[in-house]
Amino acid sequence: MSLLEVRNLVVAFGDKRVVDDVSFDLAAGSRLGIIGESGSGKTLTTLAVMGLLPDTATVSGSIRFEGEELLTRNDSQMSALRGNRMGMVFQEPLTSLNPLMRVGKQIAMPLKIHQGTPIKEGLKIALRLCETVGLPDPDRIVHSYPHQLSGGQRQRIGLAIALACDPVLLIADEPTTALDVTVQKEVLKLMNELVSSRGSSLIFVSHDLPVIASMTESVLVMNTGKVVEHADVRNLFAAPQHDYSRKLIATAKHSDDLFTSFRDGTR
Amino acid sequence: MTVLLETSGLSRTFRLPRTGFGSARAERRALIDMNLTISAGDRLGVVGESGSGKTTLMKLLLALDTPTAGTVTFRGETLPIADMARFRRAVQVVFQDPRSSLNPRMSIADIIREPLECLGIEGAHDVRIDEVLEAVGLGAAMRGRYPHELSGGQRQRVAIARALAPRPEVLIADEPVSALDVLVRDEILDLLHGLTESLGLTLIMVSHDLSVIARLCDDVIVMQDGVAVERGKTAEVFSRPSHPFTVSLISAVPRLPR
Repeated sequence: MSLLEVRNLVVAFGDKRVVDDVSFDLAAGSRLGIIGESGSGKTLTTLAVMGLLPDTATVSGSIRFEGEELLTRNDSQMSALRGNRMGMVFQEPLTSLNPLMRVGKQIAMPLKIHQGTPIKEGLKIALRLCETVGLPDPDRIVHSYPHQLSGGQRQRIGLAIALACDPVLLIADEPTTALDVTVQKEVLKLMNELVSSRGSSLIFVSHDLPVIASMTESVLVMNTGKVVEHADVRNLFAAPQHDYSRKLIATAKHSDDLFTSFRDGTR
Repeated sequence: MTVLLETSGLSRTFRLPRTGFGSARAERRALIDMNLTISAGDRLGVVGESGSGKTTLMKLLLALDTPTAGTVTFRGETLPIADMARFRRAVQVVFQDPRSSLNPRMSIADIIREPLECLGIEGAHDVRIDEVLEAVGLGAAMRGRYPHELSGGQRQRVAIARALAPRPEVLIADEPVSALDVLVRDEILDLLHGLTESLGLTLIMVSHDLSVIARLCDDVIVMQDGVAVERGKTAEVFSRPSHPFTVSLISAVPRLPR
């Protein structure tokens, strides 16, 4: 049985279908990338899975997670899943972290909410999680506020919060887009290691093909709300089937080849 | 080649806000002793991470900010020159996000007309507006439209058209494609490349994306903490980087599977 089964998912605002008949499966322990441009519906698809769509959206279809239908669940039933079985990392840690709470407590919160771990205990776990996500000097970090940390450190905290309850599914929406390239490289490496060592499944949303390729095994290519192609990463790059995927990959390859020719001095 | 822009010992230090009562104000040296010569026809890329001083350098080159030490000269005259309109006609800019750099209340024609009027440029403005719209691949039908009706790529084309309107010699572009989608980004890079070739424009482009620099710039400077740690021909610097920071920057570029 798949961990996540999405069937004929439609998300509409009024009569505009922004996610249009999307279906996919995610097996336990596997990694799926969703790529597309702005407005392609990639983020709304993941928000539907997390139950975070705005009230103005109408949703139909089916999303089954660990065998249970999510679309009929109410808010509090979804809250019980989020941050617990499902961890989330967002693009901009400065807006997804609480500016008024020390980060240690922010890591301890999901543990308190979902597992009833007292904050004091949670803070000890937070220390360990800070080490796990490669933050130097965790004793100092847990007592810091988000504004006192760098972008990369903040995103590591975001990751620590997402991983606190040991989720079976991690959903990351453009988690490194706001970071510098050298920091991006470190954070991606860390995510790769953590997802592998914990055996969690991953949905990784990005507009950046090389980043998707380094993080996932299969890719959904989305364009104007529809999945135009769902393929294994290698196959997608070797032989894209749909015109849109072909264009995306040709553009990425062109830029990659050019960079290679400069780096190798063959230009 | 004619030297268009030159910086000498250019530095900019910011005083940071107090962190508490009576505490001393810390300083941040955003740009330190930058010496740079830009000749007609140069295409210079400036790379670096956030906080490296790239944008500070751009602002100083555009005389949108005042250095705390050192000078910027335009054709040998120290900025600000007496006739700044002459400088502004010659040095134009395209910013990162056209959504914030285009006035939402002005039609596309008025947006492009604004520099022509402000800088006291003679001639038939309407003709020039059509010319630059054509040059950036937008038709005259765009004239009456407003920024919110346009896609991100079209907006950036308008921003480029506005920059071209006064017939500048130097185009300064600060992350001109980083707010755009992959395919649109490609089109805009092609457009910028075509324009620098056909108009013989001098280009100074800030980007954090090395493949963008490779595509458009013959020369590159790599900045870190306000200092140019490496500079040279783009092909040389990318194939034989000498500074450890350049090496780490090059190895961090996300690559496609081989």
